[in-house]
Amino acid sequence: MLLRSPHAANEDPLPFELKGSLFTLTVLHLFQLDRAVIERHLLEKVKQAPGFFNNTPVVIDLEGMAEPKEGLDFKGLYELLRKHGMIPVGIRNGTPKHQAAARLAGLPVLPESRSNGQAKKPERTEPAPSRNRIIKHSVRSGQEIYAPEGDLIVLGAVSAGADVVADGNIHIYGALRGRALAGVKGDAETWIFCQSLEAELISIAGHYRVCEQFDPADRAKAAQIYLKEERLIIEHLTR
Amino acid sequence: MATVIVVTSGKGGVGKTTTSASFATGLAQRGYRTVVIDFDVGLRNLDLIMGCERRVVYDFINVINNEATLNQALIRDKRVENLYILPASQTRDKDALTKEGVEKILSELKQSFEYVVCDSPAGIERGALMALYFADEALVVTNPEVSSVRDSDRILGILSSRSRRAEQSDNPVKEHLVLARYAPDRANRGDMLTVQDVLEILAIPLLGVIPESPAVLQSSNAGVPVILDEDSDAGAAYGDLVDRFLGKDLPHRFTEIQKKGFLKRWFGGG
Repeated sequence: MLLRSPHAANEDPLPFELKGSLFTLTVLHLFQLDRAVIERHLLEKVKQAPGFFNNTPVVIDLEGMAEPKEGLDFKGLYELLRKHGMIPVGIRNGTPKHQAAARLAGLPVLPESRSNGQAKKPERTEPAPSRNRIIKHSVRSGQEIYAPEGDLIVLGAVSAGADVVADGNIHIYGALRGRALAGVKGDAETWIFCQSLEAELISIAGHYRVCEQFDPADRAKAAQIYLKEERLIIEHLTR
Repeated sequence: MATVIVVTSGKGGVGKTTTSASFATGLAQRGYRTVVIDFDVGLRNLDLIMGCERRVVYDFINVINNEATLNQALIRDKRVENLYILPASQTRDKDALTKEGVEKILSELKQSFEYVVCDSPAGIERGALMALYFADEALVVTNPEVSSVRDSDRILGILSSRSRRAEQSDNPVKEHLVLARYAPDRANRGDMLTVQDVLEILAIPLLGVIPESPAVLQSSNAGVPVILDEDSDAGAAYGDLVDRFLGKDLPHRFTEIQKKGFLKRWFGGG
């Protein structure tokens, strides 16, 4: 839970990471496949806005296309668009035949547009329950309380030998004598609050400190703890 | 409806059996039909403290295994009316305690007794878990010393999460603190935790403070619950504890240093 990077220290540094992301892309709605006609219109557009099509990634939307009578030449289309400063990155919609031809030309098929026709009504859902967890009593020695994906709020004290763990912030309205670990999934923006700091260990996003390393002036004081430039900061909570 | 009370602590040697014996005796003295059960299977001690070790024929495990009836195993106390002892087996171990067996015996005892006192073994394993599982109330025995307080804290956590009341989301087990072997002078010197220190950590109501006393050892060796030694400080403290449990509002004694009077000092008594 404490480790920030999943790879062992003796391996190579991580060469890459895969992450999802959202992009705004230009969509080219294609209505026919006559390359001569397309090229003529393209030239006009480029003339209107020179520099606009400067290696611009585009998605080709085939929704308005009729069923092809003859084979589709996506390769030719691709070269045509490249010539005029557009880089096709995929197609959308179209019949299965269109999609097969696009795949052959190396163009991925992107999921259909959500705004297609009637916007799909969002499914009626119950209001999302809060992910926070409230413990209305003291957490005793040997107990471990975890609040996944949210804050942990303890109305009593946290005894020595007890662990309170949260993906979010930790609030303790009694004395903190055990261990408190906030942001265990790596959120460095999480805080720990307690009415009396007598903890064995505190940790935020894997940066931890044991009680031996506390400033004696902070002991048994109401405190707020957060991360600043990867360092744990302990401040008195003043009213 | 009978009340089941567990006497527990986590740590060993803090005074669970002494407390169980005196507490049960005190309840019976005050007219309540009381039975005290030794859950320390394999390390049978309660019968020694109660002075009935020579009358043990059948035990708790025999009854669980249907080798004897409850009436055959229950030992009637010779000194106090209304008091019965159900001894543990010395030859078996804690695995012989089954939840079904314990439940069967407790429900049978609840028919004919008003208080069922369960003397828990030390630790947090099967024996201790079985002793506390069916409890309605708990006497948590602690010494004014950090490891004992830590273990009591652990037991309080188990009471609030693994007892039947917790599992069935019933009203929680009612917790009482018994601070045993307390020496006010040593607490004041900082050698021991003070009553306030312990209360701050455990945060449960204080039922009684039992002073460190030679009378406890003497009584144990004589097989007489110390509560019957009414002239001793520990005996008087247990008497107060039982009265408080039954609802009397009594101030805590033995928490301050006893000043020797002028005459006592003069004649060297004490």
